[in-house]
Amino acid sequence: MSFQRTQEKLKILADAAKYDVSCSSSGSKRANTNKGLGDATGMGICHSYTEDGRCVSLLKILLTNHCIFDCAYCVTRKSNDIKRAAFKVQEVVDLTINFYRRNYIEGLFLSSGIFKSADFTMERLVAVAKKLRLEENFNGYIHLKSIPGASDELMREAGLYADRLSVNIEIPTEAGLKKLAPDKKREDFIKPMVKVKNEIIQYKEEKKIIKSTPKFAPAGQSTQMIIGASGENDFQIMQTSNFFYKTYNLKRVYYSGYVPISYDHRLPQIGSAVPMLRENRLYQTDWLMRFYGFEVSEILNEQHQHLDLDVDPKLGWALRNLHEFPVDVNTADKHMLARIPGLGMKSVYKILNARRFRKLNWEHLKKIGVALNRAQYFMVCESNQFEKRDLTSEKIKGLILQNSKSKYQKTLSNQLNLFG
Amino acid sequence: MKDQNLMYDGTFDGFLSAVFYVFEHQLKAVTIQNEFVMQQGLFSEVEKVITDEAKATRVWKGIKSKLSSHGSYQLYYAFLSEQSGVEALLLDYIKYAFSKGTPVDKDYAHPSVLKIAQIAKSVGREKHRMEAFVRFRLTKDDVYFANIEPDFNVLPLIEKHFKRRYADQKWVIYDINRAYGLFYDLEKVEIVHMDFPANFDFSKTDDEFFAIQEFEFQKLWQDYFKATNIASRKNMKLHIRHVPKRYWKYLSEKQPN
Ligand code: SF4
Repeated sequence: MSFQRTQEKLKILADAAKYDVSCSSSGSKRANTNKGLGDATGMGICHSYTEDGRCVSLLKILLTNHCIFDCAYCVTRKSNDIKRAAFKVQEVVDLTINFYRRNYIEGLFLSSGIFKSADFTMERLVAVAKKLRLEENFNGYIHLKSIPGASDELMREAGLYADRLSVNIEIPTEAGLKKLAPDKKREDFIKPMVKVKNEIIQYKEEKKIIKSTPKFAPAGQSTQMIIGASGENDFQIMQTSNFFYKTYNLKRVYYSGYVPISYDHRLPQIGSAVPMLRENRLYQTDWLMRFYGFEVSEILNEQHQHLDLDVDPKLGWALRNLHEFPVDVNTADKHMLARIPGLGMKSVYKILNARRFRKLNWEHLKKIGVALNRAQYFMVCESNQFEKRDLTSEKIKGLILQNSKSKYQKTLSNQLNLFG
Repeated sequence: MKDQNLMYDGTFDGFLSAVFYVFEHQLKAVTIQNEFVMQQGLFSEVEKVITDEAKATRVWKGIKSKLSSHGSYQLYYAFLSEQSGVEALLLDYIKYAFSKGTPVDKDYAHPSVLKIAQIAKSVGREKHRMEAFVRFRLTKDDVYFANIEPDFNVLPLIEKHFKRRYADQKWVIYDINRAYGLFYDLEKVEIVHMDFPANFDFSKTDDEFFAIQEFEFQKLWQDYFKATNIASRKNMKLHIRHVPKRYWKYLSEKQPN
């Protein structure tokens, strides 16, 4: 490996891959075998954080930033006048192994621009993963990007060596996609997704009968959507996401606030703010859906097409549904406890445990770590304080906002200025 | 009644032996102190407890039968915090555990249970951070070497993680403050004490000790780290919350180039 050439390529191809927000390295089941290198059975570790606060857990690079397509939102697009580079298969392998040995990373996230054709590109991505597994006896995490349009055969091979596969849908609606990525067709994303889903199901079936069935994408598949590049509202975005979770058994959907990178008239102009708060609200909604037992339709529907920017989605929902409250923390079931604003799942479990020993009062709840500044308006406990307050939603919201300094307040005020 | 003062050798077994002593003599008002941090002269009468592995094991078994496995973990984690006064909390916790029929480790409304849970949590957080922030550097002898300075004594907690992960390379993780390290020789992990040359600078990669390609990979990692940053999303407050400054001095990506 020539240090200088690799260095030059790394700078270009890491820079081009950084807009992909997927960084998870957890959820796999690949234990270190035969005294090889690495282990991907744990929680996934963030080994560092960028200055913008995002986790660095994988070596995230493109194999090449040559591309025959011209998607408007992408730095790698054909019409963009930038330096191009391409890694050799062996270079990616060497970088991955050497970074892993120094405990810099959990593994590799390999994506690519499309050179020549979908299959030609996918074949090389697969070659990297194959080499890592078979020649280097590497058990760390590998996430491969599926190239839209890649053949079923290649997708099957990819799944044998990768822990996770993903194909980014990028634009939440078909109309938006047509406008911004004229070369791409929705079917081209869907096809590899269906293939991977079916292979995973088949793997699970076979595994029941034959123990030694080779693993197939043990960490499942994920996708990403860009937020704020085209005109979709939150309702449309979460509907799409819900559809993908349910239809293709996705493990994660990522939301990426669009970072303006070109002067294309179809897109927000360079210098306009990245919608970070909105991105955060979408993640919160996604979270409520996956772990808190909420249906998307409870939070976003025809009547409520936008997430509130000033309060988080759970609080927003509670304020619209005051008739469900107050909840008695000493008797309520897990499901309802999880719906109290200010109560995270950890607090819910602590309450469920602690209340077996004694009836809990405000003091106990505070010590346990419940965010009472929000929660107090929605619960009762072993105490007669606060209990009989008849407050309206507006009043509660006012009180909460007054008492909490949102970490996004700065961003929030920027955004409000934008809307005049 | 007069206070009793017990002194132990700073090890977990030593502490458990002291706990055994407390129960054996049914001491009520008692302090247990690590002999290495004990302030001499503060106590006129000090009883030195001899570390006895058999007694320690008996106490530990007893504790484990009274707590859930999570609870006994927490206790051990809290012990490794080395915080002053933690022995008193642990003793209180253990006494409470022995007084109850059911495991008490989820009784968060009890003061020492809560406190131990909190301390254990900080220790757990640092354990996790060490798994993330250990940076190995390849030495001329083909050993991957890392030095750390954790607030808590987390080496015993991270051994398994690194052994499982780096099964095919020799490595050392050395705690500079506590002056001991773990050495994996491709077979087993051993505790080692090392003497470093006077001119050895833990934050630098000196070519006297480290392999030539070490510099190249550190440089590549630094470049990578820079290239992944998105300037228009910069948020240093968040960054520092994730990577506290006290860890920076040994992070390769944080070194000036
Ligand atoms: S196909 Fe992928 S790499 Fe190529 S321009 Fe579109 S988004 Fe970018």
